[in-house]
Amino acid sequence: MPVHAIVGTQTVPIDITLNGESRSLDVSPATTLLDLLRHDLALTGTKKGCDHGQCGACTVLIDGHRINSCLQLAVMQDGKEITTIEGLARDGALHPLQSAFIERDAFQCGYCTPGQICSGVALIEEGHAKSREEIREHMSGNICRCGAYPNIVDAIEDVLVQRGQFMKEAAE
Amino acid sequence: MNRFSYHRASTVEDAIRALSAEPAARIIAGGTNLVDLMKYDVETPSTLVDVTRIEALKGIGETRGGGLRIGALVPNTTVAYDERVTERFPLLASAILAGATPQLRNAATTGGNLNQRTRCYYFNDKLTPCNKREPGSGCSAIGGLNRIHAILGASEHCIATHPSDMCVGLAALAAEIHIAGPAGERVIPFADYHRLPGDAPERDNTLQPGEMVVAVVLPEQAQAYAGHYSYLKLRDRLSYAFALVSVAAALEMEGGSIASARLALGGVAHKPWRRAEAEAALVGRPADEASFAVAADLLLEDALGHEHNAFKIDLARRAVIRALSQAAAGTPQSQTDKRIA
Amino acid sequence: MLKNDTHVGSPRSRVDGPAKVTGQATYAAEFTAPDLAHAYVVGSGIARGTITAIDATEAEAVPGVIKVFTHENRPGTAWFSYKYQDMVGPPGDPFRPLASDEIQFSDQPVALVVAESFDVARHAASLVRVCYEQQPHETDLSRARHDSYEPPRKRTGIAPPPKPRGDAVKAFGEAPVRVSAEYTIATEHHNPMEPHATTVIWDGGGKITVHDKTQGVQNSQAYVASVFGLSSDDVRVVSPYVGGGFGSGLRPQHQLFLAVMASLALERSVRLELTRQQMFSHVHRPETINVLSLGADRDGKLRSIQHQAVAATSRFEDHQEVVVNWSGLLYPAENVDLRYELAKLDTYSPGDMRAPGAPLGVFALESAMDELAIATGVDPVELRLRNYAERDENDDVPFSSKELRACYRQGAEQFGWSRRNPKPGSMREGRELIGWGMASGVWEANMMKTSARAVLGADGRLAISCATSDIGTGTYTILTQIAADALGLAMEDVTVELGDSSLPTSPVQGGSWTAASAGSAVMAACQTLRETLFKQAAKIDGSPLADAAIDDVAFSDGRIVLRTDAARSVLLADAVGAGGHDKVEAEEAAGPGLIGMMLPKSHASYTHAAVFVEVRIDEDLGVMRVTRVVNAVAAGRILNPKTARSQIIGGVVWGIGMAMHEETLTDHRLGRMMNHSLSEYHVPANADIQDIEVIFVEEHDDKTSPIGVKGLGEIGIVGTAAAIANAVHHATGKRIRSLPITIDKILAG
Repeated sequence: MPVHAIVGTQTVPIDITLNGESRSLDVSPATTLLDLLRHDLALTGTKKGCDHGQCGACTVLIDGHRINSCLQLAVMQDGKEITTIEGLARDGALHPLQSAFIERDAFQCGYCTPGQICSGVALIEEGHAKSREEIREHMSGNICRCGAYPNIVDAIEDVLVQRGQFMKEAAE
Repeated sequence: MNRFSYHRASTVEDAIRALSAEPAARIIAGGTNLVDLMKYDVETPSTLVDVTRIEALKGIGETRGGGLRIGALVPNTTVAYDERVTERFPLLASAILAGATPQLRNAATTGGNLNQRTRCYYFNDKLTPCNKREPGSGCSAIGGLNRIHAILGASEHCIATHPSDMCVGLAALAAEIHIAGPAGERVIPFADYHRLPGDAPERDNTLQPGEMVVAVVLPEQAQAYAGHYSYLKLRDRLSYAFALVSVAAALEMEGGSIASARLALGGVAHKPWRRAEAEAALVGRPADEASFAVAADLLLEDALGHEHNAFKIDLARRAVIRALSQAAAGTPQSQTDKRIA
Repeated sequence: MLKNDTHVGSPRSRVDGPAKVTGQATYAAEFTAPDLAHAYVVGSGIARGTITAIDATEAEAVPGVIKVFTHENRPGTAWFSYKYQDMVGPPGDPFRPLASDEIQFSDQPVALVVAESFDVARHAASLVRVCYEQQPHETDLSRARHDSYEPPRKRTGIAPPPKPRGDAVKAFGEAPVRVSAEYTIATEHHNPMEPHATTVIWDGGGKITVHDKTQGVQNSQAYVASVFGLSSDDVRVVSPYVGGGFGSGLRPQHQLFLAVMASLALERSVRLELTRQQMFSHVHRPETINVLSLGADRDGKLRSIQHQAVAATSRFEDHQEVVVNWSGLLYPAENVDLRYELAKLDTYSPGDMRAPGAPLGVFALESAMDELAIATGVDPVELRLRNYAERDENDDVPFSSKELRACYRQGAEQFGWSRRNPKPGSMREGRELIGWGMASGVWEANMMKTSARAVLGADGRLAISCATSDIGTGTYTILTQIAADALGLAMEDVTVELGDSSLPTSPVQGGSWTAASAGSAVMAACQTLRETLFKQAAKIDGSPLADAAIDDVAFSDGRIVLRTDAARSVLLADAVGAGGHDKVEAEEAAGPGLIGMMLPKSHASYTHAAVFVEVRIDEDLGVMRVTRVVNAVAAGRILNPKTARSQIIGGVVWGIGMAMHEETLTDHRLGRMMNHSLSEYHVPANADIQDIEVIFVEEHDDKTSPIGVKGLGEIGIVGTAAAIANAVHHATGKRIRSLPITIDKILAG
């Protein structure tokens, strides 16, 4: 791999796969992934709630892992596969967790919702949460000021049950 | 956030070269603390040295001595769920899962976690005096808001705490920190890695200019504590908050009595707090509350409270006793069930 | 009206759900324009004083910086203070950003950097050098309370305390049972997930479109027009989605002023998004100290109620809330003395935050009632029933409806209250002490004059519009339900447009009044539309409805149908066409007194709740968990049980935050709020919230609003904090009278 030394305001070329699409971009070193998405790529579904990793509204999937995009520099994403809320629906069909969020009324203002859903999608793939208690802990990286937590847990539980990943006896 | 240069390092040597070239160069990996602090203008690096592409810093492997070597780049999540860790060093896995959130643990690295900086309000606010951020400007927390501050090992210049949970686990397990630098490689015992503030609170650890963490090694002996341990963290909400007090307790049991003990406190000092006398006092003693209380008192012997944080002394004492009870019973604190067993 | 409804009264998913779960809902900072510039605020490091020098040369030298605005170069705006008044502000002189060298609070904006990119603006902001001459400041209410005063000018819409009744001091002195204590609530910040932001789109020719984080687009529009001397035709405010408000978006915040100022000066589009830290530089819930004294007979019957509160305000405005009046409203007593005073601090002005005033005063009252229950040995629920107010004694009027008794009964039954051992510390499981506590909640039920438009197209689709907001309350959804039912349509055939200042007039979204107000306006507009459609349908040659009256028909399945003979009907589309146009339109206003309603003062309208809480507290460590909450609410007609439940759950979560977590910490030496982040200002996380059950008690109210609605946005929080504090006492025997109840307070007791 070539060594890059980039000075000041110079931009750096990166190649990423964004929501399934290859993108070649020039980014400033001081630009976070979150600002790249929101300002430069008009993907405003990913939200800025605190810009410091204290709320989870900016959660995206990087190589399948949920990550706070506000703390990631865009320049470091070269070669990564990034999925945002805009990339979860396939062929016009919502991801089951998106549908479950609507059905369970798992949001009010909607601002934390994309981060909650990206986080929940990752939680389901991780497979560590098998009870409501574990869902709560594993979703605690996403603050919801409207207080939709019980409904968020319901929505995730629904999808886990659909997938046979939920231990009913562990439920309260 | 200031303007900086970006250097993508390909090898450890390359990274050290870039780091040594400028005093204000900083290593970046997970970014979870550095980018945070750069946005507050608390960190203003001249160059960011991106080490995330360096293969030598990745992966978990066995050491010849029977321990486990965790590369500096291994994410906290990977460590916490690695079977070798959960079976042989479960205290570390538990401590990691007590900290931060899944998102942050996915990004945060082992090396970065060691080097995270204090969460003192004043350190994070450049419009206030802080000796750690700006040496000589004064400590605002002394005589100011200090509910979350240190009760042990503080100085008149700084009463900040180290915020890590992982490090409290590593302290109890007496991990080794493997360092690379311009002068070659060296190993620092965990207890000597972080430092107390003294009259140079701007320095969190004993890394020398140009040095970087390459790995953390969990020694074979620490496996003796796999059966009797607990990580108990007390905080202002039940998740996603830094510790007011946390305890890593590890015991080696022989029958009903304690063969050896490890005890470390988090959230109370500039570094994870251990005291040999407290651990020694447990050896050969029955695993009961009286023994635990003696150890807790020894561990907290020099504790000093400020206006808002004096409660931590009593809280820490109670937490040590409980964590030791949990460890002795072989029922470590769950990090998802918020009921304290 | 509203009988046999298909949608109203039934659980319906949010109509804005698909947009929100796919990231397509667009918030204030997400609108853009090709010429968009980015702005960043520089804040003051002192709380009071003057700027002696400000140097932006280094900042302006950064490539990409367009301009740095300071008090020295900022464009002129309106001279008179009243020009800065907004629709809901308190008496005083509203803060004017960059108006002079005077510093009135810490983190006050002292400069605005505008640049071609966000990164550049943020970087350049760090290079602006400011020198100050400091003056002594006061930010500590515990000191300032000694200089408290009764606000000389009352805030519109905020009832001052009622006149004293009887002789409360004497009656207290003579009462056989007395409790008296001080109760305090910390400063809190709203912290909606969406930071305050404004994107101003420069439309050319002096016209701007403003996307503002606001709970009242017309309030923002009027403010901008007034301050910048623009015609209201030149300012349009469009904010279709708001990422939480909770009161923080009621008044125009300084990012609106600054973004518009920069846009007008630079004649280009500008976006300003506050950082989370800067979210602590404006509106907050005022720290409030209550002194509450109850005198009662041995059986718990209240003889005397005294409640004095001192709340913080800024030096430049007298923000006022209803804090003490609840104590004269919830329980009757012959001797009542309620007082409310303010104390000035060198902070930004406090403002309304979810149920402003109520959870502060009610925390004191309901804690004191719990103390009285213990002092008299009367069960807390029974004590409240013995002191049940049958009419509003503050205003001496009857209630429009009040099913609080049923709230107590149903809440207690669902919770299992009868199994409570009243002795503190008597219930436990392992090392956890279990505490069961309860409290009452009360909040105003208001209706405000609001207009709405209904347009039915020839395609059979109905478009509803109103300038009100949906800050997450479910307004889009309930208005869709009301309109769909009114015209017999599927919800999919109705679109609702909100949050645009060019739409029919609405007040700010606050006070829990939007469902009653906008809902009634939509109902009225649809009613007019029905009449027009019916007339047009009857006029059609050979109309099967020619000889029918409007009461003889129903609107269903896209048709106007004769009730007595479903075979006789006219398609809505045909009825539209019969008017000779491709649509039929109606705009109506609804408001108190406008539609044959009783005059407001002849009845008192309130929502009520009974909150039951279980806490579990580790006996050694003081770690507390709220494991169960039952909140039984009487709020008139429930339009949508699904979104209504979410509103109450949200309120309860806020109550848990208030009780256990939320506290803005000020360093009084620096005069600066220091835990200005979401990592140190704690709001509840998912792990903090367990079971919350919501009961809607049947309540019929035909006086508050024409649609029987009383509002739900605020009632959920009101009694929750007190119920938790009471549960803590039941678990531990420790009475904690200052919120939040943190681990150190539990240990100290």
